[in-house]
Amino acid sequence: MRIVCPFCGERELGEFTYLGDAKPVRPVAGASEDEVFDYVYLRDNVAGATSEYWYHGGGCRAWLKVARNTLTHEISSVEPALGAGAARVGA
Amino acid sequence: MAGAQTHRLDKGGLIDRSASLNFRFDGKTFSGFQGDTLASALIANGVKLVGRSFKYHRPRGILTSGSEEPNALVELRTGARREPNTKATTAELYEGLEAASQNRWPSLRHDVMSVNQLFAPIFVAGFYYKTFMWPAKFWEAIYEPAIRRAAGLGRAAGVADPDHYDKAWAHCDVLIAGSGPAGLAAALAAGRSGARVILCEEDFTLGGRLLSDGGTIDGLPVAEWLSRTLAELAAMPDVRIMTRTTLFGVYDGGTYGAIERVNDHLPSPPEHQVRQRLWRIVARRCVVAAGALERPIVFAGNDTPGVMMASAMRTYIARYAAAPAKRIALFTNNEDGWRTVEAALGAGLQIAAVIDARPDVSAAYRSLASKGGFPVLHGSVSGVEGGKDGVRKIAVSLTGGARAEVEADGLAVSGGWNPAVGLTSYHRGRPKWRDDIAAFVPDGAPPGMVAAGAANGDFGLGACLSQGFAAGAAAAHDAGHNGKAGTAPVADDEAFSLTPLWHVAGKGKAFVDYQHDVTASDIELAQREGFESVEHLKRYTTLGMATDQGKTSNVAGLAIMAAVSGRSIPETGTTIYRPPYVPVAIGAFAGHHRDETFHATRLTPSHHWAAEQGAVFVDTGLWKRAQWYPRAGEKDWLESVTREVKAVRGGVGFCDVSTLGKIDVHGRDAGAFLDRVYINTFSNLAVGKARYGLMLREDGIVYDDGTTSRLAEDHYFLTTTTAKAGLVMQHLEFCRQVLFPELDVQLTSVSDQWAQFSIAGPKTRDLLKEIVDPAEDLSNEGFPFMGAREVALRGGIKARLFRISFSGEMAFEISVPARFGDAMARNLMLAGAPFGVTPYGTEALGVMRVEKGHVAGPELNGTTTAADLGLGKMMSTKKDYIGRVMAGREALVAPDRQVVVGIKPTDKARRLRSGAHIIPKGQIPGPGNDQGYVTSVCFSPTLDQWIGLGLVERGRERIGEVVHAHDPLRGEDYDVELCNPVFYDPDGGRQRG
Ligand SMILES: [Zn+2]
Repeated sequence: MRIVCPFCGERELGEFTYLGDAKPVRPVAGASEDEVFDYVYLRDNVAGATSEYWYHGGGCRAWLKVARNTLTHEISSVEPALGAGAARVGA
Repeated sequence: MAGAQTHRLDKGGLIDRSASLNFRFDGKTFSGFQGDTLASALIANGVKLVGRSFKYHRPRGILTSGSEEPNALVELRTGARREPNTKATTAELYEGLEAASQNRWPSLRHDVMSVNQLFAPIFVAGFYYKTFMWPAKFWEAIYEPAIRRAAGLGRAAGVADPDHYDKAWAHCDVLIAGSGPAGLAAALAAGRSGARVILCEEDFTLGGRLLSDGGTIDGLPVAEWLSRTLAELAAMPDVRIMTRTTLFGVYDGGTYGAIERVNDHLPSPPEHQVRQRLWRIVARRCVVAAGALERPIVFAGNDTPGVMMASAMRTYIARYAAAPAKRIALFTNNEDGWRTVEAALGAGLQIAAVIDARPDVSAAYRSLASKGGFPVLHGSVSGVEGGKDGVRKIAVSLTGGARAEVEADGLAVSGGWNPAVGLTSYHRGRPKWRDDIAAFVPDGAPPGMVAAGAANGDFGLGACLSQGFAAGAAAAHDAGHNGKAGTAPVADDEAFSLTPLWHVAGKGKAFVDYQHDVTASDIELAQREGFESVEHLKRYTTLGMATDQGKTSNVAGLAIMAAVSGRSIPETGTTIYRPPYVPVAIGAFAGHHRDETFHATRLTPSHHWAAEQGAVFVDTGLWKRAQWYPRAGEKDWLESVTREVKAVRGGVGFCDVSTLGKIDVHGRDAGAFLDRVYINTFSNLAVGKARYGLMLREDGIVYDDGTTSRLAEDHYFLTTTTAKAGLVMQHLEFCRQVLFPELDVQLTSVSDQWAQFSIAGPKTRDLLKEIVDPAEDLSNEGFPFMGAREVALRGGIKARLFRISFSGEMAFEISVPARFGDAMARNLMLAGAPFGVTPYGTEALGVMRVEKGHVAGPELNGTTTAADLGLGKMMSTKKDYIGRVMAGREALVAPDRQVVVGIKPTDKARRLRSGAHIIPKGQIPGPGNDQGYVTSVCFSPTLDQWIGLGLVERGRERIGEVVHAHDPLRGEDYDVELCNPVFYDPDGGRQRG
């Protein structure tokens, strides 16, 4: 598998570390235990298009948001994960 | 002395008759020529029996001439280089080659295990499943040892492989698998277009079937076209041709696996060279021109030595000038088989008969038969008479019911051709059925891959050339190369007509999977027992699960299952194809990652100095750390460690702690950032001060700890544990980039930039004064406990000095740029000599931390909360931080949690062991009353007894209670007392002094 890092270019899987689903957003301070529980534990087991966090530890140390199809492993986009999990006030 | 090569043809073949090679098979000496495989050399010497089969120990000969070979597996080489299950058909002959047959005892010709045939009923389909249901005692005592001896393939060498293996990367535009007509045409087109091309060929000679089948291309004899084409390709600088290299797998993103047998054709690799090299090839496009495999027909006695694939027989005759038999019969259901008759007649061999399952034969072949003086029998082979000396007689059942017999010493079989659909199916592509060739062809290849020629089900020479050329040109174009490809090579297509025939009913064992001894009746039995799905059939009968992965057997097996279950072959379907296409040695996957180079080694800045001192090193992660420094006369590690601890507690010692993770945190919001990742607060830490910090995972469990110092308003210096250095950096980057992008903060890993030493003991200040510039105030007022700042050293080097203590003594940690680490160690020794300075290792460090009750890895074990560690009060209630909410969950704050407590045996002479379970006194140990365990232990020189820390239910409320330590692993039971975990200087006066 190969990932096109927006900063470093196309690199091999071994340079990256997988974290998981990039969908959950960290609840705001003061959120209920249930909300935080969902954030920490609840994940969809997607067969198909998904977005996930990868860390380019063997390169630029950027956290990336990778859109990948879990059935075909096809990667459709890679972008910096800047703020992707940040709490959204009012959300 | 080697005997004459009785079955070597007088002329022809791609062998070098001037280079005679001696070799040994089962202890007997033979000779062959350069260009032979072990199989062709054995054939040239008239050897027909080469092995015994897996279950029944039936005599077996050579079936094929390639990597699909199921029978002719040998142990190649001797001693440490002995390699079991090597295919004689792909092993290149070299001077002095030694090979031995497998699965026989005491000898190949007289094998006592062939009595297994008499017990055939117990070895039927489902044998493993059924056997496992026998009473366990029977299995362990009788069946397993017997079966292990009787079944199984070759023997491993049993000692370490003396050779080196390499791993390498390659990148190209167009990757081509196979150098037959389609592969070469693809390479020509892609190369001429300007693409960077890599062509992999598993054989040691390029040309594929062209080497055996002859023909005319572009009006030239094949050999001439081949040399012209190879010359053209060799002249293209961007075309790389790799022989002895098999493409074995396809991975995501256009990454391919290939194994190059660099030096397998030599007795041992030349000095400084590898045996094999594992390639990872990244290609924009891939053309699979891997050809097709001829398939057997299943009939009784089809495993008799001398029964061979027709195309293989042609290869041995034409390419190797070796005659597998002198009077040959052909059993075919298609036109292609007849080409073997032509080849044999051309080489002056006799044809006994052609048994053709088709209703009719072309006029040309009819006249060939009458010229050659052999009959054409319409029907099929129903049995073979013969044994370990080969085929003697062939029974034929003629269309219409009559029977005939043919005397022959060899039987060529052609059941049609199966395209090599492995590579194209490795991404779960399911090949589709093509009726005209009665075979599966690729469907839905991985992205960027296309099959051409025979691999695509188009067998004619003309079709192979034109398809290969078109595929090569298209692949180059897709990769952005649009040079002139010129015109495709041209040749005629041979006729190909086939009447499907899979299985001829008859008496006697008819083998489908030769290597796993799976017969037609096993498949029928599996169907009767309900295993109709092909995936079940495969696992129940083990069909296609041997080292050849069913290359010659899978389709026939499916066809038989289809017939007995009343379905069509496409309805029956195929099993899932998985890499590798050929077996790949684990050594090749490991490459140089073995023994001392299994992983990278990290050395501390003072490593070489420590080695000079005779330090004993311990592996911690990738690091080598000095564990203790033995001195002459010390009888064991404990004596050395005890001395080091006493030296620190009574004077001064130092220890390299550079392995800690170190991170510089810069920015206006650095303090705010640290507040969010630690449970305690750092924004209010004064410049020039250090503070111990604890961070949680988002689930509320403790992640890591360490001290963080504020060196400037917008600059903190953070340390992590050695084990978590990389992971904490990754975690903090996640927090910074993904969760808190609004904060103005930057992280820089400086773990490798600083050499850090802990200097501890009551004389620390005396030693430091010798090192640090006299202008620096090191007094308790000028540099109080938990102070942290940059200082100048004598000589002007800037250092960072931290007044922190892990040992509980008056202590500092000093950081200097890593390049001064070695000098710092030497300088500390010199400057400290008047004070009796003692270097100490990680053991003494550990002893002092247990004496002081500090938690470390065994307590920060991924299950403990801050409160469990006795650090619950550090949890700020005034701010949000990672893990705050989840740490408040009911179970994580339950009063009966196992918490850190001190533990000491009631018998002071008793040794305490970590891992011992804590059980209430007077109870019988069991899972129901297990209240925790001992996590860390040491012999405390200060207390003169073994002490430890443990995680014990409600431990802190039970100080003074005597409980039971139960250690079933070591068979020990003893009483221990729960106590304050801070064994030494509980009020901390020493470290503040
Ligand atoms: Zn990058």
